[in-house]
Amino acid sequence: MANIPAGIDDTVPLAEVADVELYHPKSWWTTYVFSQDAKVIAIQYSLTAISIGFVALVLSWLMRIQLAFPGALSFIDAEHYYQFITMHGMIMVIYLLTALFLGGFGNYLIPLMLGARDMVFPYANMLSYWLYLLAVLVLVAGFFVPGGPTGAGWTLYPPQSILSGTPGGKDWGIILMLTSLILFIIGFTMGGLNYVVTVLQGRTRGMTLMRMPLTIWGIFTATVMALLAFPALFVASVMMLFDRVLGTSFFMPTIVEMGEHLKNGGGSPILFQHLFWFFGHPEVYIVALPAFGIVSDLISTHARKNIFGYRMMVWAIVGIGALSFVVWAHHMYVSGMNPKFGFFFATTTLIIAVPTAIKVYNWVLTLWRGDIHLTLPMLFALGFMVTFVNGGLTGLFLGNVVVDVPLAKTLFVVAHFHMVMGVAPIMVVFGAICHWYPKVTGRMLDETLGRVHFFVTFVGAYAIFFPMHYLGLLGVPRRYSELGDTAFIPPSVQALNEFITIMALIVGAAQILFLFNLAWSLRRGKEAGGNPWRATTLEWQTPQTPPAHGNWGKELPVVYRWAYDYSVPGAAQDFIPQNQPNGDRISREPAS
Amino acid sequence: MSQSAQAKPEIALPRPAGLRGFASDWASDQRAFKNVSWGKAMMWIFLLSDTFIFGCFLVAYMTARVSTAIAWPNPSTVFALSIGGKEIPLILIAIMTFVLISSSGTMAMAVNYGYRRDRRKAAILMLTTALFGAIFVGMQAFEWTKLITEGVRPWGNPWGAAQFGSTFFMITGFHGTHVSIGVIFLVIIARKVWRGDFDTEKRGFFTSRKGNYEIVEIMGLYWHFVDLVWVFIFAFFYLW
Ligand code: HEM
Ligand SMILES: [Cu+2]
Repeated sequence: MANIPAGIDDTVPLAEVADVELYHPKSWWTTYVFSQDAKVIAIQYSLTAISIGFVALVLSWLMRIQLAFPGALSFIDAEHYYQFITMHGMIMVIYLLTALFLGGFGNYLIPLMLGARDMVFPYANMLSYWLYLLAVLVLVAGFFVPGGPTGAGWTLYPPQSILSGTPGGKDWGIILMLTSLILFIIGFTMGGLNYVVTVLQGRTRGMTLMRMPLTIWGIFTATVMALLAFPALFVASVMMLFDRVLGTSFFMPTIVEMGEHLKNGGGSPILFQHLFWFFGHPEVYIVALPAFGIVSDLISTHARKNIFGYRMMVWAIVGIGALSFVVWAHHMYVSGMNPKFGFFFATTTLIIAVPTAIKVYNWVLTLWRGDIHLTLPMLFALGFMVTFVNGGLTGLFLGNVVVDVPLAKTLFVVAHFHMVMGVAPIMVVFGAICHWYPKVTGRMLDETLGRVHFFVTFVGAYAIFFPMHYLGLLGVPRRYSELGDTAFIPPSVQALNEFITIMALIVGAAQILFLFNLAWSLRRGKEAGGNPWRATTLEWQTPQTPPAHGNWGKELPVVYRWAYDYSVPGAAQDFIPQNQPNGDRISREPAS
Repeated sequence: MSQSAQAKPEIALPRPAGLRGFASDWASDQRAFKNVSWGKAMMWIFLLSDTFIFGCFLVAYMTARVSTAIAWPNPSTVFALSIGGKEIPLILIAIMTFVLISSSGTMAMAVNYGYRRDRRKAAILMLTTALFGAIFVGMQAFEWTKLITEGVRPWGNPWGAAQFGSTFFMITGFHGTHVSIGVIFLVIIARKVWRGDFDTEKRGFFTSRKGNYEIVEIMGLYWHFVDLVWVFIFAFFYLW
């Protein structure tokens, strides 16, 4: 046993854990396909998530065309509309955003930002991806089986979800959906355990928890939440699968369907709602917290300023994570509950607004008098802030029981959640891809194409979802494939619907532009170099770009400072990397 | 990687005791839980997640039981076994519980002998644990068969609320799956202990990571957890 090199600076403790020996792939298959390297797994996760996300985008076009021009596409009937809604919602929330933020960005960034060589258990990490892929394939299989995918809505409320009135209810659709969810959860657990243990136990020397970039805090907290929230969905899925396949009655009350008494009886549909939302509400934050974290880093880096109130930001993330486990029943106001519970859940819901608002103020204060570079990541970060605040404010309306009850089933809700958990996180996804693309590929994205894509997407998203608030106030219900002649709905609704649909198609087309940019820049983009944004965090200080297997060459990096030393007065450059030894003593001198 | 990094993990730096020690651990770099290996940390967190799964199952069961309008079958007659012409309530389940609790004892001893590098004893004790586990699953299969021949089905039973059968098969089945998986891994690890893989730091077939005797302890954590869960299932299902 040789000794450990003493720290350059004795404020950095010695290494406690022996450096790991990684698995070294020997063939093309184990390097690129069945890879155990978190970076490859991250790319696999991301590409799969984006591909399935594209399916969800196409479904949204079909829905919008149906809403604006009922009957224009003859193959869309009411049943198909339900199926499209369900698949669109489920894919966007779980198979795109959750998988992309945690499986994609989590895998890529956690080891690199913390100075680790890889995740702690690369083999389980690899299995995680393959189970995810299997889950996606099972989900997609729903489109090809007799009866098609389930049309139960992404909330899958029983009893309707497993009755013959719902598309896929008595066919394969719901079975495949539930199976896919179960597979997804098992796969996610394998990855999630890796992310959590790597953050807690696998950091490099000097990397204390309070020196971690907020990106990692967001991903870490979201993963912990996912490990505690997904079990409820798992249990709900298993039980519903039994109800459907074995004829049990967990969620099935006594039902007369089409004049016929079903054999079921005594089950509780409300139990499903509790289980579902015990998962479903934290899920919203599982998507949001990584976005919060990433956006903090984007803003700080591209405004060349340290993040305002780092500690407050960390506690806000943790606090939101904890609170989000005690608010779930605000989704069930219209299911009926004891008014005392309603009061409790309304209060906790409104309390969550406090840490969330703190975060928004801190972002604004970070920008305040910053040296703002309107790079692509910054543009998207700003886009996120605007749409998020917007969606958050309508959320405050809906958090009130009396306001929620009349609005709950209208397009107002659709507009609200698309703003806050659709557009806002997607903005961060784009910003993050633009920010880290140079590290992943070694090349910059094309700036002009990127800007066109940003403006079309941002303005277009507003054009799509802003009018929907108004439609909701008029009382236009959600989940209706067409309105027909309804007395209280004025004819102007039709015009607005056509406008929204045209904008949705334009925004959709812009996404193809983005994908083209990703592919084109892979070969033709400008060479990026190791640290094009002149950022402080460790992933930009790797010896190679893209980082090689094992990330760091011979010696692991040592961390001396937090992640936000931008524009430090007196320093030689306007950023000091986290692995640069202490004190302005050194940073004042030009790097030798 | 580099030669110099081949350090012994247990460099015990002096740390303050009690709450201050806890705070300083969490404020430190590298690891939040000092002297806890990656594998052990991962198992603990997995068990936390698994606790939520069993928790949800049990809550669902309790909801079903308190809210059903039809009477719940009486467990002490349903789970009775007639031996020598006499109905003895809960006898089988008492034996099953006893077997499983005993297996926790042999598991704990296996961990101890593993750390003492007594390969033979550790392996034998692990196999004993696995055997107890297999007996448990076997008796469970017997109980299932008995109930099924008496007409209990997931969708109904002769004595009362249909949810009795559904929750029973679901929860004991899920727990039994946990025990079975444990048995399989116990056998695999016992074989490795027996062969001395952990003395030579032989690399795992898939992971190519070096193994060591801690894996016996990690296995033990899982096993005790499965045991503990059983105590709750026992209490809520059979004694309520
Ligand atoms: C251009 C982008 C998008 C368009 C045009 C769009 C359009 C739609 C439409 C038309 C509906 C059905 C509304 C109804 O009739 O009730 C819907 C539902 C939904 N969308 Fe989107 N969407 C988009 C992006 C997203 C994103 C990024 C998410 C991610 C969170 C998302 C999540 C959902 C959910 C959860 C539902 C509800 C499904 C249900 O009611 O079961 N959407 N969307
Ligand atoms: Cu919620």
